Amino acid sequence: MKAKVHITLKAGVLDPQGAAVRRSLGSLGFDGVEKVRQGKVIELDLVETDRATAEATVKSMCEKLLANTVIENYSVEIL
Amino acid sequence: MRAAVIQFPGSNCDRDMAVAFDRVSGNNTPTQMVWHKDDHLPDGLDVIGIPGGFSFGDYLRCGAIAARSPIVQSVVEFAKRGGYVIGVCNGFQVLTESGLLPGVLMRNAGIKFVCKDLDLIVKTTDSAFTNRYSVDQKITVPVAHHDGNYTADATTLKQLHSEDRIAFAYAKNPNGSMDDIAGILSENRRVLGMMPHPERLNDPELGGTDGAGLFESITEALISA
Repeated sequence: MKAKVHITLKAGVLDPQGAAVRRSLGSLGFDGVEKVRQGKVIELDLVETDRATAEATVKSMCEKLLANTVIENYSVEIL
Repeated sequence: MRAAVIQFPGSNCDRDMAVAFDRVSGNNTPTQMVWHKDDHLPDGLDVIGIPGGFSFGDYLRCGAIAARSPIVQSVVEFAKRGGYVIGVCNGFQVLTESGLLPGVLMRNAGIKFVCKDLDLIVKTTDSAFTNRYSVDQKITVPVAHHDGNYTADATTLKQLHSEDRIAFAYAKNPNGSMDDIAGILSENRRVLGMMPHPERLNDPELGGTDGAGLFESITEALISA
């Protein structure tokens, strides 16, 4: 079973990397980009075969390591 | 004074910190180096240093993987028992990731790695790390980091101010850090995390001794305890 974790910055947290990407896009002529927020995608291959158990386990991984919940949100997708 | 320094793969200021501890602890008790895979801390420690560097290559988030290593769980227990802990630069990131200090160190606002000597303002002398300084004293200490932009929610910031837990602030903010914060204390004032490197300006031959007061403060605290 595969899982995909999306990690994004919480609303209101400044994202200097996203801002730099936005400026760079502007310098390439891509006007009209109002905002860029950069995040992470983490893919996991799991031995677990039960969807619900897998989802609960990956959420626990997010809480304990994969995301810093002070500044980041996460969502888990079981594929 | 019995001191230990934790070493992770990618630590690079561990020897500097050990030398800084050795200068104040005397020849009989050399600083003990503790590898991250060691399962327990040496007995009878007074203070633990978590050094600067790029532990585990800064993978995932700076300090995140080091903070989950077994030895850091022992450091957390040591701190909860009232032990003194100082984390510098990557060590500060490890302390926030481990939950010993609130907030998070984000990418510098200017995106670039900042490496230079900076003026810091001592904000409190009420700690084992700052008692040898005076309030509002300016000291020069080098910074060298890419992720030193201290960020916390409004409640945490308010609490840090009202509880006098901001140890050092930048005279001129190099990284976008909230309220110019360079270093903070834990609630029991025994854990300090700071981005600048006091251990690097600790000998006249290194260009200055403004960082020495921090290490002398720890011995002062231990003597008067």
